[in-house]
Amino acid sequence: MKKLMQALIAVLLVAFGLLYAVDHLNASSGQTAGNTLTVYNWGDYIDAELIDRFEEETGIKVIYETFDSNEAMMTKIEQGGTTYDVAVPSEYMIEKMREQDLLYPIDHSRLPNLMYIDERFMDLPFDPGNRYSIPYFWGTVGILYNTDKVKSEITAWNDLWKPEFRNDILMIDGAREVIGMGLNSLGYSLNDTNEKHLQEAKAKLDTLTPNIKAIVGDEIRMLMENDEAAIGLVWSGTASELMWKKDNLEYVVPEEGSNLWFDNMVIPKTAKNIEAAYSFINFMLDPEVAAQNTEYVGYSTPNKKALELMPEDIVKDERFYPSADMTARLEVYENLGPEMLAHYNELFLKFKMHRK
Amino acid sequence: MQANNRTFYWIPYVLWIALFVVAPLLLIVYYSFFDLNGNFTFANYQNFFTPVYLTMALSSFWYAFLITFFCLIIAYPAAYFITHSKYKQLLLLLIILPSWVNLLLKAYAFLGIFSTYGAANSLLETVGIGARQILFTDFSFVFVSVYIFIPFMILPIFNALDKLNPALIYASRDLGASFWATFLKVIFPLTSSGVKAGVQAVFIPALSLFMMTRLIAGNRVITLGTAIEQHFLVTQDWGMGATIAVFLILIMIVMMIVTGTRKKGVL
Amino acid sequence: MARFWPRAYLIFVFILLYAPIFYLMFYSFNSGGTMSSFEGFTLDWYKELFADTRLLIIVLNTVVIALFSAAVSTIIGVLGALAIIYARKRIYQNALISLNNVLIVSPDVIIGASFLILFTIIGVKLGFASVLLAHIAFSVPIVVIMVLPKLEEMSSTLIDAARDLGASRLDILTKVILPYITPGIFAGFFMALTYSLDDFAVTFFVTGNGFTTLSVEIYSLARRGISLNVNALSTLLFLFTIFLVIGYYFIQKRNEKSAVGVRK
Repeated sequence: MKKLMQALIAVLLVAFGLLYAVDHLNASSGQTAGNTLTVYNWGDYIDAELIDRFEEETGIKVIYETFDSNEAMMTKIEQGGTTYDVAVPSEYMIEKMREQDLLYPIDHSRLPNLMYIDERFMDLPFDPGNRYSIPYFWGTVGILYNTDKVKSEITAWNDLWKPEFRNDILMIDGAREVIGMGLNSLGYSLNDTNEKHLQEAKAKLDTLTPNIKAIVGDEIRMLMENDEAAIGLVWSGTASELMWKKDNLEYVVPEEGSNLWFDNMVIPKTAKNIEAAYSFINFMLDPEVAAQNTEYVGYSTPNKKALELMPEDIVKDERFYPSADMTARLEVYENLGPEMLAHYNELFLKFKMHRK
Repeated sequence: MQANNRTFYWIPYVLWIALFVVAPLLLIVYYSFFDLNGNFTFANYQNFFTPVYLTMALSSFWYAFLITFFCLIIAYPAAYFITHSKYKQLLLLLIILPSWVNLLLKAYAFLGIFSTYGAANSLLETVGIGARQILFTDFSFVFVSVYIFIPFMILPIFNALDKLNPALIYASRDLGASFWATFLKVIFPLTSSGVKAGVQAVFIPALSLFMMTRLIAGNRVITLGTAIEQHFLVTQDWGMGATIAVFLILIMIVMMIVTGTRKKGVL
Repeated sequence: MARFWPRAYLIFVFILLYAPIFYLMFYSFNSGGTMSSFEGFTLDWYKELFADTRLLIIVLNTVVIALFSAAVSTIIGVLGALAIIYARKRIYQNALISLNNVLIVSPDVIIGASFLILFTIIGVKLGFASVLLAHIAFSVPIVVIMVLPKLEEMSSTLIDAARDLGASRLDILTKVILPYITPGIFAGFFMALTYSLDDFAVTFFVTGNGFTTLSVEIYSLARRGISLNVNALSTLLFLFTIFLVIGYYFIQKRNEKSAVGVRK
């Protein structure tokens, strides 16, 4: 008994000691200051230097939290108990959050820097008039391939079915992306809800299984970097970041069409410091800040003025800033409703279970 | 007086059960009766008995069986040798220690070790077998899963072996029984409770593994856990996710009844 | 010969268990920046680590949560094991054990999701408190599992003897039962610590408002491929725990030696 009591006391002492240390550290790094802003963003989706700069300029302390999927973010915000002031969901999720009344409308007059955003990225169907969201980044879905291993040029989704790529393709673990690719390869829209077309797409994807090495998540970056496979289905940001590191990688937006996506900043209803949220959004819209952030993150910026400040070879790169002709073939995901989304997921699940 | 004493010590535990076991359990059963739009339905249960989920359940069982089997094969001798070592407490601690390193990090390490140009393949090359695909195969999945679960198998078996009265073994040996006869007739039956506890601790979690199916098996293996995760986090079809969970819980109860029948006492 | 094979087998098992960990540690000294090709020796990752207060706070938070949750869940778990063993009817026993095991075998995602709903209903603010509660909640059953066998093996004659000698219920508990099951309690505590340090999925659901634990942080860092300062961190934590465990072991050894003849 004595031994147990001693152990318990020792454990509690250590724990309280550490708690004190945490408090001390928090205080010394100013975490407890009154004026704080909680930003809820994707992992590694901002240049940390910019957060420091924002804190210096405004005196607002930023708490930066990350999520790994739109759905996880939505769950947290929906359940309450959190105080996120700014969040960065993707377009279809913005539509969903808007419908469920989870967002505050945004007063454009409080964002003077909004004028730098390219009009092409404003007033899109998922948020008419940008009443609830402000563009942060945008990009495409495409094929990243290793030019050492792939001798022929890849230009289309249908190239992936070539037998030479046996067991050499990595896919991202997303139902919309993969089913969308199947639909696109058949010439259908990636928002197609026609059951016949969907079954056709699923059947066509099944014939791709011998070529697929794995269906993975974010670790696709690491795997592609280490030459684990010749071809990867990726988001453009992943591609640009990897191509920065490795010369033998090439990215292409397939000619049959693909997905155009947006991540926008919103002010969720959980916000406690709306004032600071506006200053943060406005800060991120500043051309110089946006340019620096874009160079760090590697995705495409919607900020017209920022593009002028960035190196020409980035801005002129049609793989990441596609021509108008190409853009016309890109589609934004529409919110297909929960039943259709569940159906997409079920098809995807069946596809995953289809063994070679 | 006595009754008061009794009530005193079980209050925190029963409170815990009510709040963190019964309440979530009820929530899960409750959710399993609702569809995507929040209407009452039995469709989720009907949906479970379609080929997709049945094959998934079957393959989950198969992999969970393999994982448990290999865990047991490796863990039993290890536990046995540890109990016979001078440093058994230290060795036991050393078995638990690796599980304190973050699982995700270890998974990433395996990703590196098993990759096309990784350590395992270089080893195979130097031995002369030649490089081959290890990552994203059934082998790597079972291997890493066994790796994760092995401490949970060793621990209960160790406890059972440790309790074993050595006099019984000496008696058996003195009576002329061979090592194997002693093992099969004396040691194993007497430690079966530990084996059962270990099997329970490995089999059911193995049914619901989810992160490893993607990281190590590249989604070539789909378990019930993967499906639950997807329904809860991606499709947001909590009803279907909860339905699969209800089945997992039922399987667990069946498992406990099958492995837990003992005349006296518990577990 | 008779000693060689057991030893070889154990060494083999230990190599397997520690291979990925040494792999992680090895690459924490890699100047190359990834976990795939070793380019040269560097201590940069360690320097970077010590400059990162945020990560340090997260590590401390993780340890604090682990210690508190393990301590509290050990107390509740021991009481629970007593409640089970002294339940008046077999059916109560079985019911309690089944309920106990539900959390052990439930997939983390479900536990996390249902706890999230639960906390929202009762109005616990997401953050330190919710994570601590959740960790206590999922550690209790494992403590019960570790303590129960010890209680079971304890013969009832021991208690009867104590009672005959006039010991009160409290005395029986503190002087007879608890000392006997101490190894089980320590095992339970360590397992609870393990579960807490290792948990990702449940914490992921119930955390919020700037509070993070290490595994959640690593998960979000992993988006870009894990930076090697996380390897450096794991190396330090691992060496620290090894040091603690071995230290604890030798202290205990010494105590046991001096107490020989008294115990057992």
